[in-house]
Amino acid sequence: MLLEVEHLSTEFATRGGVVRAVDDVSWDVKEGETVALVGESGCGKSVTALSIMRLVAAPAGRITAGRVLFKGRDLLALSEEEMRRVRGREIAMIFQEPMTSLNPVLTIGRQMTEGAEIHLGLAPPASRDRAIELLAMVGIPDPGRRLRQYPHQFSGGMRQRMMIAMALACRPALILADEPTTALDVTIQAQILELMKDLSRRFGVAMVVITHNLGVVARYADRVNVMYAGKVVERGTARKLYRNPRHPYTLGLLRSVPRLDEPRRERLAPIEGQPPDLTRLPAGCAFTPRCAWRVTRCPVDRPALAPVGDGEHLSACWEAVHVGREREAVR
Amino acid sequence: MALDRPLEDVVALADLTPERSVKDGVVDFVRHRPLGAIGAAVVLLNILAGVFAGVLAPYDPVATDYAAMLSRPSLAHWLGTDAFGRDVLSRILYGARTAMLVGFAVALVGATVGAVIGVTSAYFGGRIDLAIQRVMDIFLSFPLIILALAMVSILGTGLVNVIVAIMIPLIPRASLVTRSSALAIREMPYVDAARAAGYRHRRIILRHMLPNVMAPYLIMLTAFLGQAILLEASLSFLGLGVAEPTPAWGLMLRGAAVQFAETAPWMAVFPGLAISLAVFAFNLFGDSLRDALDPRLRTQ
Repeated sequence: MLLEVEHLSTEFATRGGVVRAVDDVSWDVKEGETVALVGESGCGKSVTALSIMRLVAAPAGRITAGRVLFKGRDLLALSEEEMRRVRGREIAMIFQEPMTSLNPVLTIGRQMTEGAEIHLGLAPPASRDRAIELLAMVGIPDPGRRLRQYPHQFSGGMRQRMMIAMALACRPALILADEPTTALDVTIQAQILELMKDLSRRFGVAMVVITHNLGVVARYADRVNVMYAGKVVERGTARKLYRNPRHPYTLGLLRSVPRLDEPRRERLAPIEGQPPDLTRLPAGCAFTPRCAWRVTRCPVDRPALAPVGDGEHLSACWEAVHVGREREAVR
Repeated sequence: MALDRPLEDVVALADLTPERSVKDGVVDFVRHRPLGAIGAAVVLLNILAGVFAGVLAPYDPVATDYAAMLSRPSLAHWLGTDAFGRDVLSRILYGARTAMLVGFAVALVGATVGAVIGVTSAYFGGRIDLAIQRVMDIFLSFPLIILALAMVSILGTGLVNVIVAIMIPLIPRASLVTRSSALAIREMPYVDAARAAGYRHRRIILRHMLPNVMAPYLIMLTAFLGQAILLEASLSFLGLGVAEPTPAWGLMLRGAAVQFAETAPWMAVFPGLAISLAVFAFNLFGDSLRDALDPRLRTQ
């Protein structure tokens, strides 16, 4: 196992009370695998990534429990200096906004070479060669000239390509990509995802893709963790989860996506209601108020992740065995 | 946008962003801000006078000539002589050297130190920010000249001490301005990205955030130049700045200049003019630079 997140909890102190953004979450990533974290805004997927990198903004945010084992080492127990050497070197991160994730006053070359110079101790000419090689690899033409330019001279798609090149600069074992394609045109999204998939395969880099886009998940992830209100509510291979969702929330997500391969319905079926207030989570399942499958024990008794079908597929739902597409018509 | 174009075309489109050269920038500045350009020209003259005082000055600025005491402006002494027969023009030229030296040293070091403190304060935030800002507030609660006077009385007179004494009250002002810009920069994703890339705090502050507060930094720098020159003149006038016989504008206004104000007004008028002109020019240039660098005012 490359990365094992065990019982991770992260809290934020706000005026309204303590927000449990990540609540006792466990999941893992194998070497070279692509794992997706899926969920709507505020479900804790980005905070999970920041917690792994130990970049949750203190003092408001705090990791309160759990372990993050990376190659067997607990990242949460490392000193700040040791952790700094992991960031960028062993775990790289790609951010959502390619427009604002690059420093506008530094040249592309400066930003591309900095990581390799710091983490690998490369001399400027060597890191420059490497930057040129990486830019060429992510499909940016004339990389030598491009190095002298500034981010505003790059288009959104090119910047995201450059972010990927930067992430690969130190040959990390794991890349955390937080909504890597959300800010891009749909056609560019596909290009970027293909590129990431291709490079991760070529270099054997494992990826954690954080997204709310189930289309991304279906095509590019090996395994999926669906998060809701700070918890993982369903886990399984992308294929299983897509074909046979076993949690009402996953089912709802899938039904709210328009599909071209099915006859057009009058209107989409959105998930009704609002995500819960994370400062006042109910004792039972947080999805209860929005759930069509709820039973009497749901509001008071929280279901744990439990296997449905084979051991690879887990769902945190009392009604997991009944939830499914085949019963859609009945409901 | 260009969805169905090949990548090369998209790249070519992205290249259309014009690259403004420094020369274009200067031409633009002169055309749109003539007052600022005049200010810049006077600033430049002052700098040249300071640098080439040794070549330009017709006399040794400290050489006394009792035969030519208190002589009015003439061909031999264009701006007259003082009570010791020293040539006023030569002393003003050499005074420019003192003024520019103090001005640039104070402005450069003061604005830089202030900017680093401001950005550091904004970057760390929380308690560190609170602590730094309260210390700055204590300094800010004193008027500039009072704090500079206090510093001089602690450090003593002399060129270097005067520079330090004027610099210290300016640092918190610089930190205040840069901090407010840096607070916005702190929230930019590229700062988080730099953290996620495993860069040290010092590198993020100095290499990633500081260049982003260049505009307020430059504006402050020019504003400080005028202030520092005025403060140096004030301190020298009060006898707390540079000491005789070093030629300094403020120094030329005191002592005998007061005594002979009616019979030999040129002794006070010309150095006074030099001070006003220099400070006015720096402020004109600074204001225009601020307008030119402020994106909200740029379109006007």
